Amino acid sequence: MMSFISYLLNGVSLGSVYAIIALGYTMVYGIAKMLNFAHGDVIMIGSYVAFVAINSMGLPIPLSILISVAVCTLLGVTIERIAYKPLRHASKLAVLITAIGASYFLQNMALLIFGANTKSFPSVVKMDPLKLADGQLTISSETIVTVIACIIIMICLMAFMKYSKAGHAMLAVSEDGGAAQLMGINVNATIALTFAIGSALAAIAGVLLCSAYPSLTPYTGAMPGIKAFVAAVFGGIGSIPGAFIGGILLGVIEILGKAYISSQLADAIVFAVLIIVLVVKPTGLLGKQIQEKV
Amino acid sequence: MAMLEIRDLEVYYGMIQAIKGISFDVNEGEVIALIGANGAGKTTTLHTISGLIAPKHGTVTFEGKDITKIPAHKIVYAGMAHVPEGRRVFPSLSVLQNLKLGAYTRNNKDEIEESLQMIYKRFPRLEERKNQPAGTLSGGEQQMLAMGRALMSKPRIILMDEPSMGLSPIFVNEIFDIIKQVSASGTTVLLVEQNAKKALSIADRGYVLETGRIVLEGNAQDLMNDESVKKAYLGE
Repeated sequence: MMSFISYLLNGVSLGSVYAIIALGYTMVYGIAKMLNFAHGDVIMIGSYVAFVAINSMGLPIPLSILISVAVCTLLGVTIERIAYKPLRHASKLAVLITAIGASYFLQNMALLIFGANTKSFPSVVKMDPLKLADGQLTISSETIVTVIACIIIMICLMAFMKYSKAGHAMLAVSEDGGAAQLMGINVNATIALTFAIGSALAAIAGVLLCSAYPSLTPYTGAMPGIKAFVAAVFGGIGSIPGAFIGGILLGVIEILGKAYISSQLADAIVFAVLIIVLVVKPTGLLGKQIQEKV
Repeated sequence: MAMLEIRDLEVYYGMIQAIKGISFDVNEGEVIALIGANGAGKTTTLHTISGLIAPKHGTVTFEGKDITKIPAHKIVYAGMAHVPEGRRVFPSLSVLQNLKLGAYTRNNKDEIEESLQMIYKRFPRLEERKNQPAGTLSGGEQQMLAMGRALMSKPRIILMDEPSMGLSPIFVNEIFDIIKQVSASGTTVLLVEQNAKKALSIADRGYVLETGRIVLEGNAQDLMNDESVKKAYLGE
């Protein structure tokens, strides 16, 4: 029983990281109507930046995280400006291929700068694990911090969308970019802001991910990126609470699958669940279905 | 000087020339009808004025300021609103959210609330349905919402693209009554319509557009009595 709870908590923790990444995917998809496959690699770059700041430069951890967030924000906005913005009116396929290209570009850039050797990422959480039930159940401090960070991010994002003018602009652009322009909304600036927020979240996700799973390579972001994309689709792409729920569920399924079924098959199980959800409910768990009257 | 001056406008879609050098004026307080058949270039003209399309040649001057190269979202701040063809309401947002987005260019919360109450007074149906997703409204209600949303920016000129399209005759009359009221309250109106009879009946002046050129212009009453207009657009 204790081991089950422990697995479950690990799942929620991993799922929280997926959720934070998925938020970036889902917001960009919702507003720019594109899949930013380079999103996972922004996570990796963010982790390297934090790694260099902490290990090589010896900077304090909070400052290192801030630098990582700043670099990723800038990186995300730059990628959008250089690679995606010129394709605003191009076919979806062209944008998708460009995104895959941007992903490979970031991976190879990291390979060139940081080398292929695995770096051992220092945990950014310096607290003692929480021991419960007379020491039978240990919750790592990384788990606690990750879950709390995810919940705070989620609440902040939803409040931002609901109460801020920029959030309203995002909603309008996601519904109809052309009509949004006629309201006085700067669509390009809104899309850039979306990339900035998504990439800042990616930096946080990267630091949390590497604190729990410390091996850092240029490909560290690829698999979590894809899984977070699955989480976003699973929860209903375009939906912020959907990304949250999709991420958590995916993490739990993955860890429980690893623990009780097969560690080799865990990823296959994750993707099988996605297929089942999409067959039963093509819009994902919380995907919106609009009844339109003409 | 006219409020809105269009000079020698030429617009291309790739190789195809949609607007072949048109010029016209809209004076403050007027209702101007731009009529013509499908594909005559009416919608393109409106899109060019509000900055959604860039013309190849020609200028658009609004209140003395050249706005030809200003992006659409900035033109709204200058006091121009555009009710697009097909209403283009934000379907999964509520009626209230749609109206509030209409006031995106404004910041004073009290004044926005005041405008909202005025819109509700003019369109009581929108108040009844304020929490309903806009996509669930009927066509006529969506048209009212699109107009209300445009009015929320407190425009000095409002461009309307086919407001009567696809509406039942009762709604068509209602929409034209509202346009008259909007005009009476001091907003200048540039109206694009296929329903030439209705449009000319509320307009001060009119322009007839045919395959990208203005072929006829004048007093709305005179255009209604013009034999060629009668034959081509009024079905008489």
